[in-house]
Amino acid sequence: MENNNAKIREFMGQFISNVDFADDEDIFASGLVNSLFAMQLVLFLEKDYGITVENEDLDYDNFRTLNAIVDFIERKTKAAA
Amino acid sequence: MTTETLAAKVEKPAKEKKIKCVVWDLDNTVWDGVLLEDGNVTLRPNIVEIIQTLDKRGILQSVASKNEHQHAMAKLEEFGLAEYFLYPQINWNSKAASIDTIVKKLNIGVDTFAFIDDQPFEREEVNYSLPDVLCIDALQTPELLAMPEMNPRFITEDSAKRRAMYMSDMQRQQLEDDFTGPKDEFLATLQMTLSIGPAQVEDLQRAEELTVRTNQLNTSGKTYSYDELDFFRQSDQHLLLMAGLDDKYGTYGKIGLTLIECMPDVWRVKLLLMSCRVMSRGVGSVLINHLRNEAKRNGVRLQAEFLSNDRNRMMYMTYKFANFKEVGEEDGLSILENDLSNIPPHPSYLTLNLL
Repeated sequence: MENNNAKIREFMGQFISNVDFADDEDIFASGLVNSLFAMQLVLFLEKDYGITVENEDLDYDNFRTLNAIVDFIERKTKAAA
Repeated sequence: MTTETLAAKVEKPAKEKKIKCVVWDLDNTVWDGVLLEDGNVTLRPNIVEIIQTLDKRGILQSVASKNEHQHAMAKLEEFGLAEYFLYPQINWNSKAASIDTIVKKLNIGVDTFAFIDDQPFEREEVNYSLPDVLCIDALQTPELLAMPEMNPRFITEDSAKRRAMYMSDMQRQQLEDDFTGPKDEFLATLQMTLSIGPAQVEDLQRAEELTVRTNQLNTSGKTYSYDELDFFRQSDQHLLLMAGLDDKYGTYGKIGLTLIECMPDVWRVKLLLMSCRVMSRGVGSVLINHLRNEAKRNGVRLQAEFLSNDRNRMMYMTYKFANFKEVGEEDGLSILENDLSNIPPHPSYLTLNLL
């Protein structure tokens, strides 16, 4: 869990200079990232975690906060196991 | 006349195989002889004319040759041909590996590649690993220009400039590789201007070319003929918009097209496509947000048709992350709708120019 958090923050570091945001901060609403980032995040999660992001998963609610992203990864990896 | 009856009347451009990139072998293909054995190789007959003609038609060209890189590039320079080749792969890798590298660098479909080599072994090796590549025996080079695959339906202003635009891409990629800062900050250094405006009559050939050439970033996979597009351009019930992109390295040309059917209380996006070359520039979202703002201003709902295929998932994501939700299905098409709330301002790294 801690691990995933750090990994996502590291990935986000490629897109934003200040990765010092709260785990439950809405990163889209605060303008930290945009939809281009969301797409790249999906591709990153699929490649790095070997999960498949389905059409119905493509929802901001799954990616809105760092906590949501980590939850999403855990749900998907559990489902795959 | 409804769009359906019009569509039935005009001839559809056939979705036949069209080559977008020709990859050349060098020894005994571009020139006679083997460079490593004889430094004084001579060009094969008419080869310069063939390469220049393909270039004018907007067909990109590259090289996959087993040779010493510097030696072979110097020879190409001497012949005045070096500038025609994008990402030339001159090394000792397999030809399939070299072509695969070019495919990735250019980011266009492998099924739009042709490979010309005099050696059956090399053609078979490519055919085995990359069966979608059209392999051509160097002996057939004299007939190359007459092949239907090498004849795009239209030669537009953008086709003739295509190589130059990809050359600018090479410079941009180099800069992107060298730039370690965050993505948005990098994009800001490009000083991009996105122009969006109604398609003009002189845009129509390029518009048709875009619908025929663009598979990956196309929301419906539909192709439209020149006549259909001309009809939509003049129709009161439709909006046909084209987008162009420029940056400090030059122009990307016209890179986006969208067709909207305007009904009294709802606008429906029938088609939205972007050239693959601008995939990582975030312009798809900007175009969609522009449509959201326009729909809101006109007091109509905004819907979009989507036909999923195995290649256009990026466009589906673009819609979903622009807050479109699936609301139904019609004739096998997904219907998405946007509630027009929370429309973000366009990104600061890009200037929007509404024509």
